Amino acid sequence: MTASRVRFTGLAALLLAGTAACGAAPTTATPSGGAAGGGSPAGTDARTATSAADFGGLDKLVEAAKKEGKLHVIALPPDWANYGKIIEAFTAKYGIEIESETPDASSADEINAVKTRKGQDRAPDVLDLGQSFAISGAAEGLFAPYKVQTWDKISANQKEPSGLWFNDYGGYVSIGCDAKKITKCPETFADLLKPEYKGKVALNGNPTKSGSAFAGVYAAALANGGSFDDIQPGLDFFKKLKESGNFNPVETTPATIEKGETQISIDWDYNNAAYAPKMAAKGIDWKTVVPTDGKYFQLYAQAINKDAPHPAAARLWQEFLYSTEGQNLYLGGFARPVLLPAMQADGTVDKAAEANLPPVEGDPAFPTEAQVNKAKEVLATGWGAAVAG
Amino acid sequence: MPLLTVVAVAFGIPVLTLLAGAFTVEDPATGTSTFGTANLSRSLQDPYLGTISSSVRLSAVVAVAGAVAGTILAQAVITSRFRALRETVLTFSGVLANFGGVPLAFVWIATLGNSGVVTTMLGLGSGVLYNFWGLALVYLYFSVPLMVLVVTPALDGLRPQWREAAYNSGATTWQFWRHVGVPVLAPALLGGVVLLFGGAFAAYATAAAMVGSTVPLVTLQIADALTGDVLVGYENIALALSLDMIVVALLVMAVYLPLQRRSSRWLR
Repeated sequence: MTASRVRFTGLAALLLAGTAACGAAPTTATPSGGAAGGGSPAGTDARTATSAADFGGLDKLVEAAKKEGKLHVIALPPDWANYGKIIEAFTAKYGIEIESETPDASSADEINAVKTRKGQDRAPDVLDLGQSFAISGAAEGLFAPYKVQTWDKISANQKEPSGLWFNDYGGYVSIGCDAKKITKCPETFADLLKPEYKGKVALNGNPTKSGSAFAGVYAAALANGGSFDDIQPGLDFFKKLKESGNFNPVETTPATIEKGETQISIDWDYNNAAYAPKMAAKGIDWKTVVPTDGKYFQLYAQAINKDAPHPAAARLWQEFLYSTEGQNLYLGGFARPVLLPAMQADGTVDKAAEANLPPVEGDPAFPTEAQVNKAKEVLATGWGAAVAG
Repeated sequence: MPLLTVVAVAFGIPVLTLLAGAFTVEDPATGTSTFGTANLSRSLQDPYLGTISSSVRLSAVVAVAGAVAGTILAQAVITSRFRALRETVLTFSGVLANFGGVPLAFVWIATLGNSGVVTTMLGLGSGVLYNFWGLALVYLYFSVPLMVLVVTPALDGLRPQWREAAYNSGATTWQFWRHVGVPVLAPALLGGVVLLFGGAFAAYATAAAMVGSTVPLVTLQIADALTGDVLVGYENIALALSLDMIVVALLVMAVYLPLQRRSSRWLR
């Protein structure tokens, strides 16, 4: 019974900023509930603190976090959305050591780590999750609610109302291309079907497993008459790509790009854009475009482990990520931070980093959780048949 | 007794967990779980059934081709007059039999991939490697050496006296192999086939790096369901698929074990 109510809360949260959600505050560890913000007295237990004010201000939070001295993170690849630099900057600023474990882990691995290492010192403190795992994890009561100081600037459909999760950064599906080897780089999904790209079009993973590859199929669906409700045209597109011989089953990594094995790659724009400077050093001209016919934007989400072994450090990490400094660091890794619109408005955005982003026209649209779940169901059963053989 | 304890802990607990998970059906709407066979029946429908049969087919091809090639190679080396050649081949087999995973995939991608060395040199075009037969070829790369290692002791066990006796009684080489050699070796050969089958059936990393989802394999499917950023709540289907794999492996072992017992009788 409880579970269903919590799940409903999670759903409502994504669909629209539910005002109802305050009433149905999820049954997590915090007795005070999430919505109150500074409801608890100062000097409270870090585990139940739902904002910096609960500690008695940011300085006190920093103090408490320094006392813990450590932060355990998982699934943060150093070359993904600039996490390498972000970790460095955090440690340099607060002197808190970050143990970064299994950088290439998936969202499912993160949730597993939270469940199986309950009460252990090596449980992850904070999580960077695919959207659906943030929602299902919140429904299972795995996260602690927390609101960062910039909470109000995060737009309503990009956070769970009580603060169980909130989006951190995201990007568009893009097409990367080795301009040295390919005479004319493709700019749209329709281009990818041209005979000149035979055996060259790769994804960065398997769409039933990798979030970015899944987004690639969703974007292809949008480009080919599909909609958020209907991902099938995306599957059909890849089937066509496979039949025409253009589909390249090798999954893109920096190594395959360097080797020339994946000369065209569908991936998040922040991955493709981040490859460019590294590849330039190796004599490869890696270009990134966001296809005009299939624009798909998605955000990842942050959450704090309810049983975090370093609860104060975990909360300080969130404050750091959502500070101007942290958000600009994401931007430095070519990812689009969730506070980008707010920072553009108040002029705190890092102009140089912003200029490096692949240009996109118009505002992004988002599918609802129900639409995404349906699309995944279709993908899970249909993907094998689309590209097998 | 200590051995039994170790076996019970090392194999019993995972199997029990697997069984419990495979038979637990979770209702995505309410989050409640019940006991049932929905996961299993789902794991035996498309698209999962296709991946199981594709895995079995690939493993069978690799096992038979690997066994034949490995046996011929082993026999050639054993009967060679050069002792050093035998040592070298066996040492190399020992190394190559354990060469797998992503490094193996990359070796082949660099050789026969779309812009691989050999592909470019011979102008083979794209997609030579990234299909069922390409994957079988790559699997043979560690299967043949494994077969050489497995079958060499058995071939050594074929006493020269038997051959001499056969020839003295007027048998041809063909007749010797048909009536003496192959029947004596049969259990060991079949044992090798089973071993290769198992190796190919359980292989994962090579295929994941090389063909992604274009050659459907049950191990890849399990990984998709179990770890990933996309599918939520497919864990128990993955466990059901693992159970299917165990059943296939048990069926194959049911053939292997009695034969193994017979072979040891001959080759003392």
